Amino acid sequence: MAKETGIVSWKELALGCTLTEPGTAAQLKTGDWRSKRPVTNYELCNKCGQCYIFCPDMVYSRTAEGYYEANYYYCKGCGICARECPKDAIQMVEEEN
Amino acid sequence: MGKRVGMEVSIAAAEVVGLCDVDVIAAYPITPQTHIVEHLSELVAEGHLDAEFVPVESEHSAMSTCVGAAAAGARTFTSTSSQGYALMAEICYIASSLRLPIVMAVANRALSAPINIWNDHADMMMARDTGWIQTVAENGQEVVDLLLHAYRVAEDHRVLLPVTVNLDGFTLSHMIEPIWLPDKEEVDRYLPPYKPKLRLDPRNPMTFGPVGMPEVYTEAKKAQDEAMNGALPVIVEAWKEFEKLFGRAYHPVETYKADDADLLLLTVGSVSETAMTAVDKMRAEGKKVGLVHLRLWRPFPAKELVDILKQAKAVAVVDRAMAFSTRSGPLCVEVKAALFDHGISSYVQNFIAGLGGRDVTVEDFEQMAAKTSDALAKGLPMTYEIVNARE
Repeated sequence: MAKETGIVSWKELALGCTLTEPGTAAQLKTGDWRSKRPVTNYELCNKCGQCYIFCPDMVYSRTAEGYYEANYYYCKGCGICARECPKDAIQMVEEEN
Repeated sequence: MGKRVGMEVSIAAAEVVGLCDVDVIAAYPITPQTHIVEHLSELVAEGHLDAEFVPVESEHSAMSTCVGAAAAGARTFTSTSSQGYALMAEICYIASSLRLPIVMAVANRALSAPINIWNDHADMMMARDTGWIQTVAENGQEVVDLLLHAYRVAEDHRVLLPVTVNLDGFTLSHMIEPIWLPDKEEVDRYLPPYKPKLRLDPRNPMTFGPVGMPEVYTEAKKAQDEAMNGALPVIVEAWKEFEKLFGRAYHPVETYKADDADLLLLTVGSVSETAMTAVDKMRAEGKKVGLVHLRLWRPFPAKELVDILKQAKAVAVVDRAMAFSTRSGPLCVEVKAALFDHGISSYVQNFIAGLGGRDVTVEDFEQMAAKTSDALAKGLPMTYEIVNARE
């Protein structure tokens, strides 16, 4: 939990707030303050990968079938993917809670 | 065996830093500090010292270079004064927050404007909250001793904080004084090699200085505050060890003829020796006046100071910098706060003296003592005065 949120006791911080191992940002849950989430309509999607290219948080990954799937653990709901999608396949849907 | 030399204090400071096997020196010249790093550059250029001397383009870069080098595990040194210190301040905060044991000598000088190259404590007080340990020398020998002590304290794994040794510009930096300079063997006996706890190494990648979100920043500052408080006993321990090896004793708060004093003068830096002469004179006249002089400015030794000050009927605090609009100098603000915290309501008068190189004489100290005694006797309110300001 601590690593998902960065919330730790001052006693647990490494000397000088140093990050003592690489790649720890991947553990940090950045998708916890989204107000809207992108939802892809795979009937319209042509697998162009524009959402994957434009996403500033590297939320999208390619599936075995060649579609692109969002990982909501990281998605901040910025809506860039929905705006850039040439097929209007991505809709921003209100988060309920 | 060390040797007794007649040497300019700045040169002696450079010599002892050289004896400490410093790896990286990054500095920019500024009066009155220049002789320190100038001599270090000579030691490196002439092959007496195996170190990197980085002649940077500003003090901001000097401290940045020290931060990078210290993070990579090097023993580092720089030196500055006044305007250079102000320019460096941004990175000073980063050095302490990253817990890098950089050592710096500051030849204390007034801050502009009007531009003034002479000695006061404006720069020392400006850097008060940068999170550095700060000691203060009163003569050349103490500059040498405190620099050696600085590395030992800074690099102690219970501390890991940068240390500034303050020495009064010109009054100390440019004086030729008799100084016991230790030899390499003596220095090595006191100062173990630097073993970083964490360091930048491509084989074991780490991130120094990541962003601290609101969820983390408060805890980071709490940890730093605890480190600073925890440094005090280590500083004292390192002075005790120093005394064992070199025979010279240092304490966070030092005194001169203070035991039975009704009135205590409180000073910082080289004026303390002038104040001692004034105390001798007043004692000869039967006045029970003593001196308290602060050796350690950060961490602030509040309890040690209060324990001594509370014994006197009145205290005259001598500041050498301004804290505009607080009706006090920066030292006196903290002295009053420390007394209040400990439930002591001493009678405190504040004198701001020796600004921008104005001499503080024996007679000035006599007057401060007389004014304080007189004000106490008449029951006048506690106040502050900028000494010898012409009307």
